[in-house]
Amino acid sequence: MRPSTEPQPLATPVDLAPDPVIRFQNVSKNWGSNQVLKSLNFEVAPGEKVSIIGPSGSGKTTILRILMTLETPSEGLVKVDGDVLWDVTAGQKVRETRQMRETRRKIGMVFQQFNLFPHMTAMENVIEAPIHVLGMDKAEAKARAADLLNLVGLGKHMNHTPPQMSGGQQQRVAIARALAMRPKVLLFDEPTSALDPELIGEVLNVIRNLAHTTDMTMLMVTHEMRFAEEISDRVVMFDNGAAVESGPPAQIFKDPQQERTRTFLRAVLQH
Amino acid sequence: MSAVIEYAPLLWQGLLTTILVTVLSGALCLVVAFTAGLARLSSHRIISWPAGVFIEVFRGTSLLVQMFWLFFALPFFGIQLHPLTAAVLALGLNEGAYAAEVVRGAIASRAKGQTEACIALGMEPALRLRRIIIPQSIPAMLPPFGNVMVDLLKNTSLVSLVTVADLTFRAQMIRSSTGQTTAIFITILVMYFVLSYLLTLLTSWLERRYALDRKALAAQRKESQLMKVGAA
Amino acid sequence: MIWDNNFAVSVIPLLLEGLWVTVRITLLGTLLAAVLGIFFAILRRLAIPVLSPAVSFFVVFIRGTPLLVQAYCAFFVLPAYGISFDAFTTGVVVIGVNYSAYMAEVYRSGIQGVPKGQWEAATALSLPGARTWSRIILPQAIRTVVPMLGNYLIQMFKDSAVLSAITVVELMATAQAIGSSSFRYLEPLTLAALLFLAISYPASRLVNRLERRYAPQH
Ligand SMILES: Nc1ncnc2c1ncn2[C@@H]1O[C@H](COP(=O)(O)OP(=O)(O)OP(=O)(O)O)[C@@H](O)[C@H]1O
Ligand SMILES: [Mg+2]
Repeated sequence: MRPSTEPQPLATPVDLAPDPVIRFQNVSKNWGSNQVLKSLNFEVAPGEKVSIIGPSGSGKTTILRILMTLETPSEGLVKVDGDVLWDVTAGQKVRETRQMRETRRKIGMVFQQFNLFPHMTAMENVIEAPIHVLGMDKAEAKARAADLLNLVGLGKHMNHTPPQMSGGQQQRVAIARALAMRPKVLLFDEPTSALDPELIGEVLNVIRNLAHTTDMTMLMVTHEMRFAEEISDRVVMFDNGAAVESGPPAQIFKDPQQERTRTFLRAVLQH
Repeated sequence: MSAVIEYAPLLWQGLLTTILVTVLSGALCLVVAFTAGLARLSSHRIISWPAGVFIEVFRGTSLLVQMFWLFFALPFFGIQLHPLTAAVLALGLNEGAYAAEVVRGAIASRAKGQTEACIALGMEPALRLRRIIIPQSIPAMLPPFGNVMVDLLKNTSLVSLVTVADLTFRAQMIRSSTGQTTAIFITILVMYFVLSYLLTLLTSWLERRYALDRKALAAQRKESQLMKVGAA
Repeated sequence: MIWDNNFAVSVIPLLLEGLWVTVRITLLGTLLAAVLGIFFAILRRLAIPVLSPAVSFFVVFIRGTPLLVQAYCAFFVLPAYGISFDAFTTGVVVIGVNYSAYMAEVYRSGIQGVPKGQWEAATALSLPGARTWSRIILPQAIRTVVPMLGNYLIQMFKDSAVLSAITVVELMATAQAIGSSSFRYLEPLTLAALLFLAISYPASRLVNRLERRYAPQH
């Protein structure tokens, strides 16, 4: 929430659109001669649930990793919740700054491979960062972690370590761990594609609940088209490092405007 | 065997000295290993480069040369070390340089995903290392650390050459005064062997204790006990 | 001036002679260790009653005791039983036998790494045991252990300094002798250290490269 001490001017319809919580402005990313993102412009509104779809290698993961500061853009401006996360001019060497560290606190991420800490129990995984990063009191952190683990349906597995849990359970712990940091924006990178088919449902259920019950902004890369259609406010189709089409799920899936989207959907929905 | 029995108190003192040297230089070795190993991984050249030079110099020259250098050459700079100090320093620094490579290797081979998860949770580099990366790397470090410690134990015999009265030193003394060479040397060989064996046992005990899922196993044991109590 | 440059330069030829002895010990010792190591590894693998366990114990015992004490045993104990060589030969044998225990382990893991199918194929072709070992198993096992052998060679090069304690006049003993006769230890010991470093550092870089080249292809 932004402080509203200043008198608000009379709102025109244009001003009603809230400031984006994520803004990519002319962001490019190259690996050698491979241009993965091409001067990308992309915005997400607060509370919006956005799914990113597109063929392999189109740069979907790269967008999330730039937001999480796991990857450095080659050029461009990235703002999160009004704060600058990246401001890179081409050829410039970038170092991690305090501003960047503080801004990325607003973002959480759920990884394709879970990346749980294998030497810690589910509970310890969830309370680790709240205690040591947010400085939360241990008892409080534990109480909240218990709530979150219950929320993802793992109340009975708090003392289990990752090697003792199924992939679906691990991914649900990973979601609880990310939520424990109270992020404004939660990123999901193909959260179910490392899972056995029969375990996908339990993870999707947790994400669906989050989408319906929180006002957290969610940005999800997924190959689960029906799921994306069901929970998203907006779907963005990526190809070759650029957003080729963006719109409500009904439009993208039922009536895509771009030929590229049509062929992609035909290919993935065929089986 | 008579000499061994007659001189048992001397051998016992030698054994205690050997254990003392092992413990002291073992402790130094661990400190050096983590300091140099972590410094080696630093992204700042001013930190990683000196650590690299230290590691390569101490691994690249003989332990005996290092010990003699500290004992015989350092006095030319006006520093006269006590033989025990020189011995412990040389052993700790030398084995520490090997162990530093163990630390570096174990940490460098941690899955990249772990570091990324830490970043996503807003954990600073120091916190990452202390809470996540180092604890996870310990199980991988233990077996090679065990080898370094056994090496260190065996290499303590070299301190006899700079007049520290350890087991080997005592054996040499007894040999020259009694001439009972075979009995004395067989005895101390067996003593060293038993010590290395004990170190190996200690390492494998630690390995079991610090296995990644030990906490979970403990929790399960507790749970099943509770269930038994409940059923009774 | 603490460092006496003229003196340092004057002792270099003597030190190089010592270095040459160290190098010879290392090469001969490695050869001995490599050959003995194969025998130990095969004997352990064949599971011959009494003999194989005895070899296993010998290997473990050698690995669990100090090289220096082993050298003393060979130097002081064996002559009492009428077995005596000159210091150089004794040194080579001691360090060669010591390292053979380590190499036996290396070969053992190399032999274990040869897929079971290789043994089965040899059986299917009715190859005799000796042929299976010499033409099928060992060539594959040795390929994977080459870098480890390199590491042990470098390690032996540095460890051979210990043999100065049994009057082998290699690099370390030479430096020490210069020091005690001139009462100047700084220059000979520092130079000896530099000579060790000058050989072992490039050698270990080379072995690192070999390691990457011979890394098992999974
Ligand atoms: N670390 C890297 N080094 C070099 N190239 C990379 C690296 N990471 C990604 N790329 C390249 O960037 C391009 C986009 O990768 P990205 O992971 O963003 O694709 P994606 O859309 O997530 O694909 P997928 O659906 O397969 O996950 C690919 O061509 C990939 O090869
Ligand atoms: Mg991807």
